[in-house]
Amino acid sequence: MVDIAVVDYGMGNLRSVQQAVRKVAPNADIAVTGEAAVIASAGRVIFPGQGAAPDCMREIRSRGLDRVISDVIREGKPFLGICMGLQVLFEHSEEGDTPCLGVFSGQVRRFASGLSDAQGNKLKVPHMGWNQVHRGVNPQLPQGVETVALPPTGGKLEGGTTPEHPLWSGIEQDARFYFVHSYYVEPRDPGLVQATSDYPRPFVCAVAKENLFAVQFHPEKSAAAGLKLLQNFINWNPA
Amino acid sequence: MLAKRIIPCLDVTAGRVVKGVSFVELRDAGDPVEIARRYDEQGADELTFLDITASSDDRGIIFRIIEQVAEQVFIPLTVGGGVREVQDVRNLLNAGADKVSINTSAVVNPQLVADASARYGSQCIVVAIDAKQTAPNKWEVFTHGGRKATGLDAVEWAKKMQNMGAGEILLTSMDKDGQKSGFDLALTRAVTDALEIPVIASGGVGNLQHLADGVKLGGADAVLAASIFHFGEYTVQQAKQFMAQQGIEVRL
Repeated sequence: MVDIAVVDYGMGNLRSVQQAVRKVAPNADIAVTGEAAVIASAGRVIFPGQGAAPDCMREIRSRGLDRVISDVIREGKPFLGICMGLQVLFEHSEEGDTPCLGVFSGQVRRFASGLSDAQGNKLKVPHMGWNQVHRGVNPQLPQGVETVALPPTGGKLEGGTTPEHPLWSGIEQDARFYFVHSYYVEPRDPGLVQATSDYPRPFVCAVAKENLFAVQFHPEKSAAAGLKLLQNFINWNPA
Repeated sequence: MLAKRIIPCLDVTAGRVVKGVSFVELRDAGDPVEIARRYDEQGADELTFLDITASSDDRGIIFRIIEQVAEQVFIPLTVGGGVREVQDVRNLLNAGADKVSINTSAVVNPQLVADASARYGSQCIVVAIDAKQTAPNKWEVFTHGGRKATGLDAVEWAKKMQNMGAGEILLTSMDKDGQKSGFDLALTRAVTDALEIPVIASGGVGNLQHLADGVKLGGADAVLAASIFHFGEYTVQQAKQFMAQQGIEVRL
């Protein structure tokens, strides 16, 4: 049984994730694996992914990994989704009109093209580079995301007393992380939202529920802040 | 808000970082792994490695360099030079690259960009364009390290590459490269305005104002420079502080 399984379904570059995890957990037994049995028995699971949603879902299904992913999430194993590993947790992606895993209700939508920032510069898609990650729920989330209240278990109201999620430990509010994506998640349940980022309007860039934490950005490529988040995940023992 | 990126560029040959003027007259700048680590410490947003090795015997060196850098540096790494087929893209990604830059081969075989992008995602496919001014507001694409004219219009070519799946354009002015007189701002502006994908301005940075101009006047999403960082004139941190003072959003 391995300590950490990095789920390999043939989409994109997992070497970066593996290297970064090794950096923060030098003694851990890390497996980059597409074998359901190895994933099922691992201590914790990292679910990365790059590329287009239709290809990702096809590969996940053809390798029979959809079942084991749902199982390990349900069993309470610490689970970290990264980039596509966040998006495919939702019901459906606009990218290629793709049905996804449906762990959470909600949609994955494309950034509108032709948007501009406050200075009138064209906002490019993909959203690529270092952006600020704002913890808590931004009250100005776009339509379709109803965020009226914070969940009792996640996030922290400005000046509130709810304890912050352990994965943010030691990371400054509004720290910058590296993003590269053209689609973003729109959870139906506002209680999932851990953090938002702006491009130019707020979008959800981190969700959490019980033993699951998933982010749109790439902690493995986000220098010190990213390594800290990965380290927090390695040390995380969800109740 | 999304930050504008500063990307130090390491031209690598025979295991060393070098820098030339207008693609010739190479000067040694040091060990690539050491330099990469230094720029990471200074707060570089990404690193770009261009393998300018002439001999195919030395092709393996870049893989070992990337492997070593990827073990120590946790920011995005782009690698280009000599990428001819999808298998080359795969090999570089496996060595630890996050993005692969395709230049000459995109012109020779544009389908490579589409195939690589379909296989690994557009986020990791950068198309590098070396452009030379041929008339007012007209630039032509050159390949083979700037030696071969293609007859292609740089703006039209950039659009075509976007449509074929490039996730980003690395745009180098051959007229400006190594001249230290600033980016070709008209070229940068023409390409960035024509595209939906990010554009990295390259070629010609001699001081920090040039970097700021690339963003403010050229409209670049990222700025790339080599010699001002390699030979110790400025640190990446100084460049960012300067840009921040000019009202540019950067990661400090």
